[in-house]
Amino acid sequence: MTEPACLHHPGDPVDPAAPLPILPGHVSPGRFERVLRAGLFAVTTELAPPDSADPADVLARARVFDGHVDAINATDGSGANCHMSSLGVCAILTRAGYSPILQVSCRDRNRIAIQGDLLGAAALGVCSLLCLSGDDVSVGDHPQAKPVFDLDSVSLLATARTLRDERRFLSGRPLDSAPRLLLGASINPFAPPYDARVHQFAKKVAAGAQFVQSQYCFDIAMARAFMAQARDLGLTERCFVLMGVGVLASARTARWLQSAIPGVHIPEEIIHRLDQAAKPKAEGRRIAVELIQQLAEIPGISGVHVMAYKQEEHVGDIVAASGVLNGRRCWAPDRHDPAPLAIQEAYP
Amino acid sequence: MYSLRRWSVRHARLLETIYGACNPLVVAALRRANRLFGRRIDRPVTAIERAAKSLLFDCRMCGDCQLSRTGMSCPMNCPKTLRNGPCGGVREGGMCEVRPDMACVWAEAWRGAAQMRHGGAIREVAFAVDHRRIGTSSWLRMARDD
Repeated sequence: MTEPACLHHPGDPVDPAAPLPILPGHVSPGRFERVLRAGLFAVTTELAPPDSADPADVLARARVFDGHVDAINATDGSGANCHMSSLGVCAILTRAGYSPILQVSCRDRNRIAIQGDLLGAAALGVCSLLCLSGDDVSVGDHPQAKPVFDLDSVSLLATARTLRDERRFLSGRPLDSAPRLLLGASINPFAPPYDARVHQFAKKVAAGAQFVQSQYCFDIAMARAFMAQARDLGLTERCFVLMGVGVLASARTARWLQSAIPGVHIPEEIIHRLDQAAKPKAEGRRIAVELIQQLAEIPGISGVHVMAYKQEEHVGDIVAASGVLNGRRCWAPDRHDPAPLAIQEAYP
Repeated sequence: MYSLRRWSVRHARLLETIYGACNPLVVAALRRANRLFGRRIDRPVTAIERAAKSLLFDCRMCGDCQLSRTGMSCPMNCPKTLRNGPCGGVREGGMCEVRPDMACVWAEAWRGAAQMRHGGAIREVAFAVDHRRIGTSSWLRMARDD
């Protein structure tokens, strides 16, 4: 899986928004897959789509991550709340050259709409997809809405793989050109049923997941145990694992998160640390840095997914302080270097 | 009925044994009835299937029964109708994210599957429901090899 590969290739286009040539062994024309397959520790983050129709709002939210992340997840009505669509955000980001990860939730669209969106997304330069079941409409701001759930996350993975690898719709009708997407899914090792979670991960890999991003990880011992199980099943050889890292603002936020978002598990010692700290916000960032460093040590973990809702401006500092990028500067529009550059020259 | 549904999961192995013994007989009988009466058997058979499976599993008649692969816990009782395992929101104690008073049907499914002889089938990928089949009989589908 960690074949020697280049982040930059002699055939790369000068235009940062143009698709890259697909390297041997790769499925997508994107930078994110290149980072993962080069064996570099990858950092992704989450962009909260604005309640706005202005593309400048999207670009402003992306710019705060410049140089510190390899890909940006565009959430799809997260928490069942209405915002700009994931596809809209991704289209704006790819035009600037960013590597967005399109999140698709099964809550709002059926298989006809989703397959159409996947073709549209690939045509707009999206190279990575995160397949989610989605939060229930009852927890969001439109509880009157009809929940769709025509597919689930595993069926969605299988659907995307059918489009890409078999060049056809689920109906069998052939495609003239297949969407070249790196397929991802979510995992949550920190919620019951604990024994089943690794098998759930295996199911997603079997359905086509090539990378997974986890729910917030605040419990390193649980992450270690889960990764040991995943390694035993050979999953880490077939799928890149990015563990979710959260940035807590205070002990109150931690308690709220724990009670308001089912599936989030925060050990008491972390809440205690925040409680005791003179500056809880700074302590929360310190905890995030330590978690990233500890996760990077666990065999089989390929990167972290930093989710810092309303603290996005600190993501860069947290990633830098963790040192996991080893001095590497991630691609950003103002650092776009069209000259072909071998990885060894870029990062001696 | 919720309490009976949970009883069924606790006795998944017993139900698997009964299902294994009865299934060939039921399918054979339905094949014969189908040859003799054709589509006229649809309504009574569907009604019997609905009554029996509603009682034991809170069956929703999805027309593509997965009970033998889901620890005898019907996945259509999941508020998101997930067919391949729990979502990430299961509460401490294994309760449902959307309906906190109900045990997660997939936490139950894994518990039931652990007791069953062929419980490993829960690890296989199941594709989404064919919505044309909702409300139709899974038994007749088996009998007619649809």
